[in-house]
Amino acid sequence: MSLIQVEDLSVSYGARTVLSRVSLHVAPGEIITIVGPNGSGKTSLLRAIIGAVKPSQGRVIQRNEVKIGYVPQKLHIDETLPITVSRFLKLPGGVTAEDINHALAQAGVPDLAKAQLSQLSGGQFQRVLLAHALIGKPDLLLLDEATQGLDQRGSASFYQQIETVRQDTGCAVLMISHELHVVMSASDRVICLNGHVCCEGTPAVVASAPEYRALFGTGTGGALALYRHDHDHDHDHGDHNHDHDNTEAPE
Amino acid sequence: MLDDFMVRAALAGIGVAFAAAPLGCFVVWRRMAYFGDATAHAAILGVALSLAFSMSIFVGTMTVVLLMALVVSVLSGRGYAMDTLLGVLAHSALAFGLVAVSLISGVRIDLMAYLFGDILAVSRGDLAVIWGGAALVVALIGWRWSALLTSTLNEDLAYASGINPKREQLVLTIALAITVAVAIKVVGVLLIAAMLIIPAAAARPLSRTPEGMAVAAGLIGMLSAIIGLRAAFVLDTPAGPSIVCVAAITFLATSVLRGFRHQR
Repeated sequence: MSLIQVEDLSVSYGARTVLSRVSLHVAPGEIITIVGPNGSGKTSLLRAIIGAVKPSQGRVIQRNEVKIGYVPQKLHIDETLPITVSRFLKLPGGVTAEDINHALAQAGVPDLAKAQLSQLSGGQFQRVLLAHALIGKPDLLLLDEATQGLDQRGSASFYQQIETVRQDTGCAVLMISHELHVVMSASDRVICLNGHVCCEGTPAVVASAPEYRALFGTGTGGALALYRHDHDHDHDHGDHNHDHDNTEAPE
Repeated sequence: MLDDFMVRAALAGIGVAFAAAPLGCFVVWRRMAYFGDATAHAAILGVALSLAFSMSIFVGTMTVVLLMALVVSVLSGRGYAMDTLLGVLAHSALAFGLVAVSLISGVRIDLMAYLFGDILAVSRGDLAVIWGGAALVVALIGWRWSALLTSTLNEDLAYASGINPKREQLVLTIALAITVAVAIKVVGVLLIAAMLIIPAAAARPLSRTPEGMAVAAGLIGMLSAIIGLRAAFVLDTPAGPSIVCVAAITFLATSVLRGFRHQR
């Protein structure tokens, strides 16, 4: 049975509809990547799943007692707020010191417990956010552009960490990537979103392709792959006109 | 040797510092300083209404401050920037309050007492109100502490943990209203925001955790109250402003301390 089932979901902010009639499901242990241009409603979809935004239509059904770990897109720590990594991981509560060490190890940053949150590097910070999401032993991990602000190498190593986490814990992963052409080779499915679900399918693993190697080198260990989807498919919607060719072409 | 009224004054100052410390930390972390200032200014309208309808000052100011917070949250996001909205409402409320106070006939009141506080005239009844309100604020914030902190860090993170950040915002607003209402007698409406912000800001360089900062802010606030009162007694200066001056000097000291630490 699916962990979560999104049925016919629409989200509007005032008169502006950002998501219209989106349906999708996440099965246990599955890694799904959502790609789409800016303003395509990716973040709104995740926010609807965690209950931060009310759908104007449709619903999100969770299997009983599904635990969700969420990594937000941006987390700005105000300079005036002193907080250590371990204190942050204790929020909102019910966490032991052992849980903290375990989650930090899982996220690949075992030594950071005593560091101040505001003094971490971008990569360390994302991993601490990942540790926070992992600490409740989630069945489903939601990541909103978790590699934003990381360089190519940083992103690759972060994606590898996610893959390891999935192998170790068996949790499902639903993540957003702003890098339209670069998605994780480990994704079981890729959903292309642009206000509605344009298309979905398995990503082609092109880590061995010469163009790919020329672009990214071999240092990423195959964690980055080029996702090509076929745009000859027929859209029923007719009236929208989005240009995938610009965004998809590797620079 | 402190006279009896000095003991009462010190206890009143300590009570306000006690409530203002944890609340002030959230005001600083959430960048609500202007909101705190604005609601405090609006309280003078509450004072006027209390006198006009012979209610207790505490009830009158609480009501006006809560109403003001409600109006701000309803109007925000409707074409005005938050600071514009707060500026309009706070200063209008202050102006209307000052006018209303002058119109109330038959009552001779010392407006200065409400603008700058009258800590030396604190009665036993006032003390009960101050300590009751302070205990309520600290209990409220203590009860919601983790949820408040999570909401302050990131609203979506709060939602994902099953916390409603809007409800936590309301908790803070209520705590702010109570604090303003109890602090009027001690520092007056013009300096309430100072008691919220300055001890918290002074505590920042000394702290590594949110809890540590709240405790440090409390200690700094209480010390400022005691030392400020003593200074006011010795130098014959107004008590409320003297307390704030001591807090400000502490802020300066901890900032310099931080500067030295960074240099090493």
